[in-house]
Amino acid sequence: MTSVIPPVPDTVPSDGKLRGREATSAVRRAFSSPIASAVIIVISVLWTIPTLGLFINSFRSKEDAATTGWWEFFVHPSFSLSGYEQVLTGSGGLALPLVNSLAITIPATIIPIFIASMAAYSLAWLRFRGSDAIFFLIFALQIIPLQMALVPLQQYYVRGLQIGGVTVLPSPGVNGTLAQIWLTHTMFSLPLAIFLLHNFIAQIPVSLIEAARVDGANALRIFRSIVLPLSMPAIASFGIFQFLWVWNDLLVAKTFGSTDPAQQPVTARMQSLTGSYGAHLELLAPAGFITIVVPLIVFLALQRYFASGLLAGSVKG
Amino acid sequence: MKKHTILAAAAGVLAVTATAACSSSTSTPQAGGGGTTPTLTGDCAQFQPYAGHSGSTVTMFGSILSPESDSLNKSWADFQKCTGIKIQYTGSNTFESDLPVKVNGGNAPNLAIIPQPGLLQQMVSTGTVKKPPAQTVKNEDNWSKVWKNYGSADGTFYAAPMSANMKSLVWYSPKYFASKGYKVPTTHAELMTLSNKMASDMTGTAKPWCGGIGSGTASGWPATDWLEETVLGTYGGQVYDDWISHKVKFSDPQIQAAMKAVQGWMLNPAWVNGGVGNVQTIATTTFQNAGLPILKNQCGMLQQASFYEAQWPKGTKVGPDGDVFAFYLPAANPSITTPVEGGGEFVTAFADDPATQAVQNYLSSPQWAESRIKVAPGWVSANEKVDQSLYTDPIDKISAKYLADPNATFRFDASDSMPAAVGSGTFWKGMVDWFGSGKSAAAVAQEIDASWPN
Repeated sequence: MTSVIPPVPDTVPSDGKLRGREATSAVRRAFSSPIASAVIIVISVLWTIPTLGLFINSFRSKEDAATTGWWEFFVHPSFSLSGYEQVLTGSGGLALPLVNSLAITIPATIIPIFIASMAAYSLAWLRFRGSDAIFFLIFALQIIPLQMALVPLQQYYVRGLQIGGVTVLPSPGVNGTLAQIWLTHTMFSLPLAIFLLHNFIAQIPVSLIEAARVDGANALRIFRSIVLPLSMPAIASFGIFQFLWVWNDLLVAKTFGSTDPAQQPVTARMQSLTGSYGAHLELLAPAGFITIVVPLIVFLALQRYFASGLLAGSVKG
Repeated sequence: MKKHTILAAAAGVLAVTATAACSSSTSTPQAGGGGTTPTLTGDCAQFQPYAGHSGSTVTMFGSILSPESDSLNKSWADFQKCTGIKIQYTGSNTFESDLPVKVNGGNAPNLAIIPQPGLLQQMVSTGTVKKPPAQTVKNEDNWSKVWKNYGSADGTFYAAPMSANMKSLVWYSPKYFASKGYKVPTTHAELMTLSNKMASDMTGTAKPWCGGIGSGTASGWPATDWLEETVLGTYGGQVYDDWISHKVKFSDPQIQAAMKAVQGWMLNPAWVNGGVGNVQTIATTTFQNAGLPILKNQCGMLQQASFYEAQWPKGTKVGPDGDVFAFYLPAANPSITTPVEGGGEFVTAFADDPATQAVQNYLSSPQWAESRIKVAPGWVSANEKVDQSLYTDPIDKISAKYLADPNATFRFDASDSMPAAVGSGTFWKGMVDWFGSGKSAAAVAQEIDASWPN
């Protein structure tokens, strides 16, 4: 099947703008000058210092961390694993919340990708009356803040959508379950997902799609065999964004998820670890460094797509 | 071909999630036990009044988090075992903003443990709060009248008090006091003399008082306590109540005079901020860390509530001759009998099924309060029927003594009773400006008054 996918053409068009691989290498050249490298190194180091401080503090005792700055570690080294121990063993540990988080995050990443890629394809290639207007409307939906929709959405989940006592849209009947969290994350991620994927998918050369049509492929076949494989970089970079967003989410999980502590994700668990009146704020750092492991793995596994996906919308004109 | 495998795998996962989404139906076991009420025997006999609802689950939502929430769960473990009612408690440290979303969204918990009378009023006004059962109302006689008032809205009683904390306390180091020959002050004049004496004795960064009002999004609240205690201790309960209802404004001469008094106390450069730095550092120090200089003899005293006990590092001995202890903050005006500022929680029902009411009745009984006291220290009930000898912790003892004192002028934390826009909004912010950026008391008062909802 891969034989029908020729490389994206790298020609420099007559308008003089750089396209494709040319542009990528131009960017690469610009970033590899010694001055730029030095600036980037300085910025990265500055950017990492707070994280480093937090990391060092996660190994210091509560009293040391509360009374002196983390840099004191280099003058008066003290090392304690009690924070990590409390996080991992205290009231049930982190294993179950981590599993819950995965059970929330994986579907809440895949479902929007599935829907958005099909929507983006149809909006970009199956031209129909009003498709531009629909695309613009979906794009505009991004301005709705999540916080504003919490109460109406909650009412919809509990009672369904009612206008004047008439049920227009019945409640999905998944109140307090994981499915409700998936649904919510899907709703709020679709505008951005469709926008990103649409811009990418629209750039696929017309000749490819036409060639497939001539060969007798229908819309679904073109989507599966050409559009999806070619837009992997964009899908992967959106996937990373969505995964991180859902993984770090606390508000949606707490508002729409189950009230049973055994079904809550790791963010909710971390929040309750800090205790009443923030008596155990020191546990946030060790808990944070444990939970960051999963997104790190995801990021490292998908990062080769990420870089090309980020550049995709901007330089592949 | 590789890309195809990935796609196939993705499709597979999707199929699984799709079926899961379709098949997972609401499964909250809410089945109430019908038929005859079983007779409980042996150790369970004491739970007979709550029997007959086995198999029900009562959801409860509050701001109490681990480890205190673990103690709560333990305190009603026997009740759950004997009655078969499951209490499912969830805690959140953004409870105040989460609860209105749940209630307005039609997804209210069966019971909510509300720590602010202001929020309780707001919830009652939504029309979703259910009136308590007769037995809970009867149990109310165990609390003083003023506590009952805080659990009421528009003259109707809704929510029974649960725990109570004592805010009119000053933390100090008995060891340090003994080594310097300082005596614990019992009058306001003595407290002022002691502060002056400490200020002249201490050298370097050491100062008589320390404080910290940093607390994330709630920054500023410890300073509201300082002002509230000064108002209550200077003008008494009536002015305090009028202040909460905004009959007495922040710009009123009385409140302005109280702010002046706080200026001479916690904003006094000669007296604060022990072990940390100048006055401004009060705004940047977290309240959790505010008292730590006391352990290093860098600070003489810290005004902070009874629950500050949990902040002392492990191994700190709390007691009359330990590393730290607390004394009652004496009032400026001796004609007001024992002014006590405190806080607490109120058990509010959003459901009126028999199981929820059974839990409500149990939580308002002295039996439950005593069961909770036995689980772990650091918890006090204002219930006057509770056996005072059960308290083992010295701070619990002193708190309970004042909280259950029928003659004390008890008042609830004013910022918790004011409308949320002020009490957990501009009042907090005003305090941060006052301490942190040196804004004048008059300007702070003007801003808070202007923000009062009509």
